[in-house]
Amino acid sequence: MIFMNQSHASPPIRVLIAKLGLDGHDRGALVVARALRDAGMEVIYTGLRQTPEMVADAALQEDVDVVGLSILSGAHLVLLPRTVDLLRKYGLGDVLVIAGGIIPDEDVPVLRERGVHAVFGPGSSTQEIVNFIREHVRK
Amino acid sequence: MELVQAAIAGDRRAIARLITLIESEIKEAPAILAEIYPYTGRAYVIGITGAPGSGKSTLVNQLAKSYCDLGRRVGVIAVDATSPFSGGAILGDRVRMRDLGQYPGVFVRSMASRGNLGGLARTTPAVVKVLDAAGYDLILVETVGTGQLEVEIARTAHTVLVVEMPGTGDEIQSIKAGVLEIADVVVVNKSDRDGAERTAAILEAMLSTRERWAGSGLVYSDHSGALLPRLAKYLGGEKSSMTEETSWRPRVVRTVATRGEGIADLLCAIEQHRQHLLTTREWEERNRLRLLSEIEQVLRRRLMERLLHQVELDHLAEVVNSVLARRLDPYAAAEQLLCG
Ligand SMILES: Nc1nc2c(ncn2[C@@H]2O[C@H](COP(=O)(O)OP(=O)(O)O)[C@@H](O)[C@H]2O)c(=O)[nH]1
Ligand SMILES: [Mg+2]
Repeated sequence: MIFMNQSHASPPIRVLIAKLGLDGHDRGALVVARALRDAGMEVIYTGLRQTPEMVADAALQEDVDVVGLSILSGAHLVLLPRTVDLLRKYGLGDVLVIAGGIIPDEDVPVLRERGVHAVFGPGSSTQEIVNFIREHVRK
Repeated sequence: MELVQAAIAGDRRAIARLITLIESEIKEAPAILAEIYPYTGRAYVIGITGAPGSGKSTLVNQLAKSYCDLGRRVGVIAVDATSPFSGGAILGDRVRMRDLGQYPGVFVRSMASRGNLGGLARTTPAVVKVLDAAGYDLILVETVGTGQLEVEIARTAHTVLVVEMPGTGDEIQSIKAGVLEIADVVVVNKSDRDGAERTAAILEAMLSTRERWAGSGLVYSDHSGALLPRLAKYLGGEKSSMTEETSWRPRVVRTVATRGEGIADLLCAIEQHRQHLLTTREWEERNRLRLLSEIEQVLRRRLMERLLHQVELDHLAEVVNSVLARRLDPYAAAEQLLCG
């Protein structure tokens, strides 16, 4: 660790973590945020009750590489594609979009079709999320 | 560079990209800054420091809204700590700034300290310049807020707010942490709690006897031979241009940031300080010291890099062995390495 040369290391991956929708808590989102921090990423945590507009705006200003959305409300088929569309509209089409929370298996292909790169259900480990990001993030 | 021109024209995507490049300290960063620099110097920079949980982010949210309502374009830079273990960070200041999403004239950027200890990231002053050049005429910089001595903000901001909470004399963080010296305005936030009035009175009393800041906060340096105090002496000698009557007496303002109470008073205190700077020589003095301090920091970093780069690894290994074997002490070892 003390031999690591900070200035030559590549800059940290920046991730926006937000909880979409009006209900619920953000325990899951916070667990993921901590895991990503411990994996050396910079996590911009925006908290509860975010709208697709707020997420896209924050992603733009923070110039993140990844947007991670937690959603429990059942409105995922509306809110997730809407967020992806806004990101594209802002010129952020190369941002990796991942989702977590309670999303039925049969909806996953629909979401993938609409531009969500991966969906992590309640059974996923945080290590899987870290690995997925490292593998698929824009270079 | 196309990106620089787009950012100067106010393109938000370009601004965000440019900040990332500057923050990553890429090879081209100095060239980018050179291109930006002529467009800077128009923004007024307000620093917000204070202990964790004192309400800095909530206050920034209120201030940004108020300035926007006055027709200003507001840039916010919120710095949080990088974990020394992983190099990662959780930047959570946006949680308290959710109102700002509705304001197209506000640009919020979260920064991780990336190993810097003075309350800001090493590149925060450069990011301020990007927002300045992009036309944000008011820039709010929230420091990490370790509750420790965070003096770098005094070299970056025109007006420094130190945020405090109601508490008894020995609970007052800014006194303990020694940041009162850099305060232009002290904010007693959470004044909905008991004891706010008393806390404000204690702070007033402390401030009436404190050392004058131009002599302490900014000139302070723990490096021997620092350029800053030397130049200050060269330019002004011992006599300061500030007399009792013209020097700034910090204001104490009580607020309840969550409810927006006291924000008008706070804006008023900030404006009074700005007027004070503009009508005395302090504006120019501060700017000169600020820029010198920035030059000195870059110079130190570059010199250090250059010197460390020159050290031969086999020589280094040999010297370390000698020190381990007690044949050489660490000071003599450093001397040997310097001499090559
Ligand atoms: N009672 C009360 N709580 C406040 C006030 N201002 C902020 N808070 C709360 O204090 C906590 C910390 O606020 P935050 O702005 O994140 O503080 P920071 O760490 O200094 O940025 C949050 O829960 C806020 O809602 C206030 O004026 N009164
Ligand atoms: Mg904060």
